[in-house]
Amino acid sequence: MSSGSETHVDPTSDQQGAASSGAVTGGAEVGVGGREAGLWKDAWRQLRRSPLFVGSATTILLFTLMAAFPRLYLWYYPGSTDPRECSLTNSVGRPGAGAWFGYDLQGCDYYTQVIYGAKVSMIVGIATVVIAGAIAVVFGSIAGYYGGRIDTVIARITDIWFGIPLILGAIVFLNAIGQRGLLQVTLVLVAFSWMTMLRLMRSSTIERREADYVDAARALGADTRRIITRHILPNAIAPLIVYATITVGITIAVEATLSFLGVGLQLPAITWGLMINSSFRRILTAPHLLVFPGAFLSIVVLAFIVMGDALRDALDPRLR
Amino acid sequence: MSGGNGDWERSLDSDVGFDPDADHLLDVRDLHVEFPTDYGVVNAVNGLSYTLDRGETLAILGESGSGKSVSALAVMGIIEKPGRIPKGEVLLHGVDLLQTSERKLRDIRGERIAMIFQDALTALNPVYSVGWQIAEMYRKHRGTDKKTAFKHAADLMDRVRIPNARNRVKDYPHQFSGGMRQRVMIAMALSLDPEVLIADEPTTALDVTVQAQIMNLLSELQDETGMGLILITHDLGVVAEVCDNVNVMYAGRVMERAPIGTLYAEPAHPYTLGLMHSIPRADRKGQPLDPIPGQPPNLTNIPSGCEFHPRCAFAEDICSSEAPPLFDVDAQRQSACHFWEEVVRVRSQPTAG
Amino acid sequence: MGRYVARRLLQMVPVFFGSTLLIFAMVYLIPGDPIRALFGERQVSDATLESLRDRYNLDDPFLVQYGKYMGVLPDGEEGFSGVLQGDFGEDFRGREVSELMTERFPVTIRLAVAAIIIETVVGIIAGVMAGIRRNSFMDNLVLVSTTLVIAIPLFVLEFGAQLIFGLQLDWFPIAGLREGWVSYALPAMLLAALSLCYVARLTRTSIVENIRSDYVRTARAKGLSGQRVVGRHVLRNSLIPVVTFIGTDFGYLLGGAIVTETIFNLPGIGRAVFDGVTQREGAVVVGLITVLVIVFLVANLLVDVLYGVLDPRIRYE
Repeated sequence: MSSGSETHVDPTSDQQGAASSGAVTGGAEVGVGGREAGLWKDAWRQLRRSPLFVGSATTILLFTLMAAFPRLYLWYYPGSTDPRECSLTNSVGRPGAGAWFGYDLQGCDYYTQVIYGAKVSMIVGIATVVIAGAIAVVFGSIAGYYGGRIDTVIARITDIWFGIPLILGAIVFLNAIGQRGLLQVTLVLVAFSWMTMLRLMRSSTIERREADYVDAARALGADTRRIITRHILPNAIAPLIVYATITVGITIAVEATLSFLGVGLQLPAITWGLMINSSFRRILTAPHLLVFPGAFLSIVVLAFIVMGDALRDALDPRLR
Repeated sequence: MSGGNGDWERSLDSDVGFDPDADHLLDVRDLHVEFPTDYGVVNAVNGLSYTLDRGETLAILGESGSGKSVSALAVMGIIEKPGRIPKGEVLLHGVDLLQTSERKLRDIRGERIAMIFQDALTALNPVYSVGWQIAEMYRKHRGTDKKTAFKHAADLMDRVRIPNARNRVKDYPHQFSGGMRQRVMIAMALSLDPEVLIADEPTTALDVTVQAQIMNLLSELQDETGMGLILITHDLGVVAEVCDNVNVMYAGRVMERAPIGTLYAEPAHPYTLGLMHSIPRADRKGQPLDPIPGQPPNLTNIPSGCEFHPRCAFAEDICSSEAPPLFDVDAQRQSACHFWEEVVRVRSQPTAG
Repeated sequence: MGRYVARRLLQMVPVFFGSTLLIFAMVYLIPGDPIRALFGERQVSDATLESLRDRYNLDDPFLVQYGKYMGVLPDGEEGFSGVLQGDFGEDFRGREVSELMTERFPVTIRLAVAAIIIETVVGIIAGVMAGIRRNSFMDNLVLVSTTLVIAIPLFVLEFGAQLIFGLQLDWFPIAGLREGWVSYALPAMLLAALSLCYVARLTRTSIVENIRSDYVRTARAKGLSGQRVVGRHVLRNSLIPVVTFIGTDFGYLLGGAIVTETIFNLPGIGRAVFDGVTQREGAVVVGLITVLVIVFLVANLLVDVLYGVLDPRIRYE
């Protein structure tokens, strides 16, 4: 809105007419590279005050702790704290004082199972996004910055992977690999997640490569690598961070979906997806089998999505 | 397209009550515009007053932050929330637009007052052809059918000297060069023969040579139609060619008002004086540039008394306590400075400090 | 415009071969004897194995296998008989894969079409209402509800819906196709529910961005009514990314919403792929996914063309 530009002096406003004689200036200054630092600092200030960000970040922290140190959530627990300690006599038992979430089919303590289930989800979610993100940042920025042949090649490769639907492709790949360990599942998910992030990084880089401050840096003698890492990347990576955060949530959901379908991690692994799978036929009689892992799953996915949203609001200056 | 402006048979007049004998075509009185923000209330316009007559070209000169663009939006009545107008009058033919209903204002916009903006590329809708956008004026304001409206659009594009106009009616804004796009905007604004045209930095985004062409075009069109033209600009060079009178704005109000020649020859306000001296001049090659010291004020916290006093070489105690009204320098000039006589005496000496 | 389309078609070719090669590789590069693997635990004679090996060209180098499968290379006396000629091979019961496709695709298409209609109508309306009144009750309602629906994994949602709407309230059938059109109702709504959230949010963001544009200010200065400004100027610009998203979503839905098909027991393409994988029917898997890749690519192409139609700036690249 034009009214916005009138409320303070904007030293970097486009005044192309300033070249003509007689232009009025108000004593402006331009800082090369200074804008990126400003973006993250401003973002942090806004995020600190946002209850949604604080809430979701806290939730994620709690779940990360749950994944890394399950015992933190078990020392106060009256029931069995060993997820493998199962006794069929308790099969499908109801939630009660001795077992907060009841028991599953084998008679294992469900609360303990659910707590331990966090590990797989968090590891797969975070690892997938970190690895896919790294690929995306490196190749996306290269494709975006250099353009031309390199860009075309990378774009075609991306298209090739993109053409295969995620879940179906994951099913085929996992089947091909045979083993269904944490590593395999993660790698397969990486294989199908990097494309969108790369495209995002690429378009983000293209957008920023034309910026004036890049020209300024070049004029000051910065070499290409420095330009990319110091000037373009910090800014260009912002949309990717937002998308990546949300993708962690989505990936956790996809992993659960794969487990649920029976093509992800197999028993005796402890994952929420498998738990929900086994609840399939017993929804009416034993809803607790669905509710607890379902709730935990939803909450953690929700937390990542909300945090991603908060990050986007903070990092996108246009949405203030 | 006729050159007539006092076309009193237009249907909306009986509703609005325009007064053909009003003193001025456009009379802005003590206009205030403010924007509440998280950081405080931004006082963008603070008691702006000016008048515009038929056939007159008025320049509103100021830096970014002087309130010049906001004031134009206020005149058009398109200030966006949370902006508000706590005080002031905008009289068009004697009728206060600020008290007129939105429905009637919509009729007036485009018909009576039109506005063109700085960057035609973003100011035009990218997904509709230029002909469609110009024709929209006829279709929505006059109920003209599509075919005739498009024909009018082509005629208009011709009139603003877009080459090969008839074949370019269906083209899109991005297919035109900067200067041509600006002509499209001018055509769109002039389509209904408005009496007032407000041009907000119409040439700032253009090359120097194209700037001259656009200014000439505006000048000619004005001669033909007799409309009043308000030029909002920060560029003294552009202004000189075309204007009759200049209002120099600072911190949301007028600091000096004078005919163009006198303003250049004999500024009567320290701010204007400073502006004149800050222009790079070919005959002073090799000498350091002479900017006005300090920064424009923070509009949430405007200095007391005279808004310019922190940067002024002529400032005395009275300047920080008493805001100067517009003193009459002579029949045609006014200056909002306690010491305007001293300023007038100073001819070509640079500001101190 | 024609050049743009031609260029995109040309780009599609390497991608098509690349994707299908990828899947082919995944299915047939399994270590061990793939023919033996095709039969899993079943008993089978060596002669049969040998003839099948020959039939499926498994003694050929991998790329040649792929070439023959695709119909790019001739296959003995059969000449060119591969995907490009419309022949997707057979499952080991001797049934043509293409027959399986014609049987299963209609189910998936119906589901996809129903979902698309719901998500388009509801999503866009919700998004527009949220976008034009930012921070209003409607806006917050849309934001919150879409976030929740996106966050809860689809299969959890579908379970819940089956439980509540199907079993407890008995409004809709929850499995199979026995009851004709109504059987599609619940699954289509759930699929739509998820996509609709993306549509609504995208629409909202797009509208919020476009409403602040300079051309909106110009439109107001032209004396146009608020309705026209939003309805004609803002909407047309805002819907560009939304329509392209819906287009790709259609391509994705046609890829078979496998989870939904599983939970609601609908015999669609996704389910067929899944069964093919678990039953180790390589030909079925590769054949179906190949078709899905084609569908996806074509959908993407149409979306790009649509984008070009909607946004004149793209046409002249």
